[in-house]
Amino acid sequence: MKKILLCGVGGQGTILAANILAEAALASGQEVKVSEIHGMAQRGGAVSTMIAVGHDVASMVIGEGEADIVIAFDKLEALRALPSLKRSGTLIVNDELIKPASVLTGKAQLPDDVDGLLFQADALVVPAEATAREAGSPKSANVVLLGAAADVLGLSAEMLQEAVRSCVPPKTVEANERAFQAGRRFAEEQGRDVR
Amino acid sequence: MKDMMLLSGNEAVARAAADAGATVGTGYPGTPSTETLEAFAREEGVYAEWCTNEKVALEVALGASAGGARTLCTMKHVGVNVAADPLFTAAYTGVGGGLVILAADDPGMHSSQNEQDSHWYAQAAHVLMLDPADSQEAHDLAREAFSLSERFDVPVMVRSTVRIAHTKTPVQVQDAAARPDARPYEKDASKWVMMPAFAKGRRVEQLSRVEEMRAWADSAEAPNRIILGDARIGVVCAGAAFQHVREALPDASILKLGVTCPLPAETVRSFADGVDELYVVEEASTYLADAVCAAGVQVSQPVNGLPKAGELSPNLIRHAFGRPVPEGSAPVEGLPARPPALCPGCPHRVVFKELSRQKAIICGDIGCYTLGALPPLSAMDACVDMGASVSMAHGFELALGADDGRPVVGVIGDSTFAHSGLSSLISTVYNAGAGTICILDNRTTAMTGRQGNPFNGQQIQGRAGVELDLERVVSAIGVEHVRTVDPNDVEAVRAAVREAVREKDRLDVLIFKSPCVLLERKVQRPYYVASCTGCGVCLTLGCPAIGKYPDTGLSYIDPQMCIGCGQCEQYCRFNAIVR
Repeated sequence: MKKILLCGVGGQGTILAANILAEAALASGQEVKVSEIHGMAQRGGAVSTMIAVGHDVASMVIGEGEADIVIAFDKLEALRALPSLKRSGTLIVNDELIKPASVLTGKAQLPDDVDGLLFQADALVVPAEATAREAGSPKSANVVLLGAAADVLGLSAEMLQEAVRSCVPPKTVEANERAFQAGRRFAEEQGRDVR
Repeated sequence: MKDMMLLSGNEAVARAAADAGATVGTGYPGTPSTETLEAFAREEGVYAEWCTNEKVALEVALGASAGGARTLCTMKHVGVNVAADPLFTAAYTGVGGGLVILAADDPGMHSSQNEQDSHWYAQAAHVLMLDPADSQEAHDLAREAFSLSERFDVPVMVRSTVRIAHTKTPVQVQDAAARPDARPYEKDASKWVMMPAFAKGRRVEQLSRVEEMRAWADSAEAPNRIILGDARIGVVCAGAAFQHVREALPDASILKLGVTCPLPAETVRSFADGVDELYVVEEASTYLADAVCAAGVQVSQPVNGLPKAGELSPNLIRHAFGRPVPEGSAPVEGLPARPPALCPGCPHRVVFKELSRQKAIICGDIGCYTLGALPPLSAMDACVDMGASVSMAHGFELALGADDGRPVVGVIGDSTFAHSGLSSLISTVYNAGAGTICILDNRTTAMTGRQGNPFNGQQIQGRAGVELDLERVVSAIGVEHVRTVDPNDVEAVRAAVREAVREKDRLDVLIFKSPCVLLERKVQRPYYVASCTGCGVCLTLGCPAIGKYPDTGLSYIDPQMCIGCGQCEQYCRFNAIVR
């Protein structure tokens, strides 16, 4: 069983990414659970979606040191999620940082060296928004990130791509497929160990 | 046999209800229950409606059940408090068509004001309660619940929690059952008229039904299951806690309860006999442990004790039982938090900003606008439950008396006002109360995902129902000083608030009417900061789109987030915000 944590800020498309993952898992005959948080927590706050996939899936909650993979849609949320990541886990991070209100208004500060901390954590930082734009699908940063994670998710790339097709709006299928492939290529070019 | 579908617990309950032949659904939106009735409303051949509150919803449901329809009624845990009055006596009358109540609890308080456990209600009202542990069980138990309701002549509660309601898991749906024969209504005052003479009889019958339910709960038919493992550790659990236990203690013997009220006491006792130590693992409650103790079984405490509050997780259970807990990386210290905030362009923002300038005592209410309590607005003194803003404001008035200079204000949303603010306001008017009530009418029930309500007239199917005129309703109650104000007009809000607050001896109702920004998603050209003096007034609005440069202290507006509402432009004394 693999546990995957998707984290970001409300409105970044974590739920669509989770649905794609879940569809792919279901289609490949694996057990899957996808746990979302709705309501008060959504209003511009930090959001996370927890996914358990594989065999003998039990709890839908991911605690400290339990995530095999963290896909962070925001660099600050990636740092916040570090304790959830297994020591041997994979960290994939969107190269974006949405400043929280306290930082915007000068009441709090970001760490001095966000990129350095992510480097220390062995993160694969993906320029997902730029990649999505190049693929002709500016809103598909979430799908780019999934593509970048494709080889570590334990699901076949074909199944994932099929799930992308079935989950995104029909008009955007081709653009999202390009986004997915671009993400995959990016990860491969970075020479990531793909286990 | 049909395909596997990926459904949330909420969707699974809705699907099961439709497949079981339920034709009527009622409810009031509340996280984490909301999607259940929305999904039910999309099913073929059913009727669903949002009611003004959970009490009304359960009464409509009971009427539909009495009339012969299988009926689903949905609410969040705090909604059960509101519905408790009909619930307790519906447990006397029993049902006509099967009546199933979905109660969705929120341990961990992701989106609630408390984390109460609905088990206590089932126990106190003597109704049957089923506890699904994933969407498949939510589907199967909810489907079964309708026939159990008819069999035992009692409303059946399906208790879900946030991790069941909002977790999608594969569900093998079945073909819809042949629609059960209608149970035609026949007049029977001894069953349906709960005046003392008849209620005494039904009370006796109720208690005998409880014994029948107990016997069923212990029978092989009941959805309880034993997973035999190491006989040294036996764990009794249900719902999401079962999934956490299964993961954290893979070797343990587990009695997984599908029916938690009444407790299958015989099953628990025989399970306890087969294990050395018996533990009960449950979330933010002692319901199950108390019930197991009452069944005469000794409950052991794990070595490190289980948390008494909050959501459980496999790690918390590992820790409690002294098992190794996985370690992640050390947290990065001092990361700025990212709390939720009112959306950019939210029409409530200006109202809170102006109220905070009046140094008023502000009683808030349940909804997005509770976020007005957070800095920098910090414009709330109390928030307790649906409708309490109006009644607590009246209470503050009574305590402070005429000599206290502080104005008292109640702030409530449109849907919350319909839910229970209305009866509070009637009480204040009747008792000649004073103060200011602000109704933040954003034309929707925003926090739960923009559901309809009587003041926007939208029904659950998306079609138009009857829209009540808020100002006329408030006038009709007898409030003399009521006016509707555009909350995007800062001068108008300021003038209205000042006047209402100044007139301390009278009751004012201000209706701030402007649609939720998520309702119309109208994005206009963003503003930008042209010649900032660094005074910082715009920052006090708490708009997520406005920030300041750390080096110069000057403000800027994020063009991606700004929706062009123009609120900040009205606050800038230096005309520095332009577009």
